[in-house]
Amino acid sequence: MRSVFSLILLVVIGAGVVFTLSSIPFGSTSSDVGEYYIDSGRADTGATNIVTSVVVGYRAFDTLGEVTVLFVAAIGLGAILAAGRENEEKKKAEWEPASLVLYTGCRFLFPLILLFGAYVFIHGHLTPGGGFQGGAIIASAFLMVYLGCRKKRISKTWARNTESISGLVFVVTGLTGLAVGGHYFLSNFLPEGTLNTLFSAGIIPIIYIAIGLKVGSELTGVIDDLIEESE
Amino acid sequence: MSFLQNNIYYIGAFGLILIGLLIVLVKHNLIKVIIGLSIMDTGINLFLIAIGYLRNGTAPIFSSPEVESVLMVDPVPQALVLTAIVIGVAVLALALSLAIRLYKHFGTLDLRKIKELKW
Repeated sequence: MRSVFSLILLVVIGAGVVFTLSSIPFGSTSSDVGEYYIDSGRADTGATNIVTSVVVGYRAFDTLGEVTVLFVAAIGLGAILAAGRENEEKKKAEWEPASLVLYTGCRFLFPLILLFGAYVFIHGHLTPGGGFQGGAIIASAFLMVYLGCRKKRISKTWARNTESISGLVFVVTGLTGLAVGGHYFLSNFLPEGTLNTLFSAGIIPIIYIAIGLKVGSELTGVIDDLIEESE
Repeated sequence: MSFLQNNIYYIGAFGLILIGLLIVLVKHNLIKVIIGLSIMDTGINLFLIAIGYLRNGTAPIFSSPEVESVLMVDPVPQALVLTAIVIGVAVLALALSLAIRLYKHFGTLDLRKIKELKW
């Protein structure tokens, strides 16, 4: 009964979507604001990756909100998992140790993946990628170590300090821009430099490095909480 | 055939969204419901990217000075999806942690047996 109703609902939604989308042909639309960003993004922000200039230049304040949402979700996950943990008996699970190949392999790959993540977020204004992607790559390195060599753990205080300091860097950079550079939060107060060089685009690399470290440590904290719960 | 070629991304994106919605509506296992939410999330991201696509377009990155700006795809949906992916991961992790707590409390993930969630 319920599945019949669900299928009817899906058919209705699908018909509505087809009706609406038939007036938007695929592969030909472009919004005015997108064209503006492409035409003047380099002059306005100094970043050659236009997506970065939208995310950290024009809409940096929204990105601060997004980082806040991620932070709240990580905190909420920790709180939910910690809520009922103390009244359970702690039974130590016995893990079979990983084989030598797995153990050595993941220890060998770990710094390389960290380096790649750092590359992705440091070059966020020049190449595809940025703080969120680089942070996710860093968290995936930690996930690999957690799955490959189960005894290794990150220190919680280290992760928390990285997260707080990088969040503070983001906010302080924005406030400095408000005080020194212009009339709005997160306005650029550093020289924009020449296009396509590492030290260009003003505050964008600083903010993206802060976002990369913050997202990396937050996602690592999420992984750490979930793995701890499974033991 | 040309209809399929012209609209394959829309079809795929809304196929994913509708499959996810069907899973959320029909399945009784909480883990499967969360997987359905995640599939819906993926479909919505794909749809947003497909909206901004320009035929024969390139990525909106001026990697060298002689890159033409005429054929660049719309950067706004890409920036939105960048946001949506990160939020999606956070929501997924939060939902899974709630599922863990529910399992510890009720001893089951079957939504029919969890009385407070019955519909």
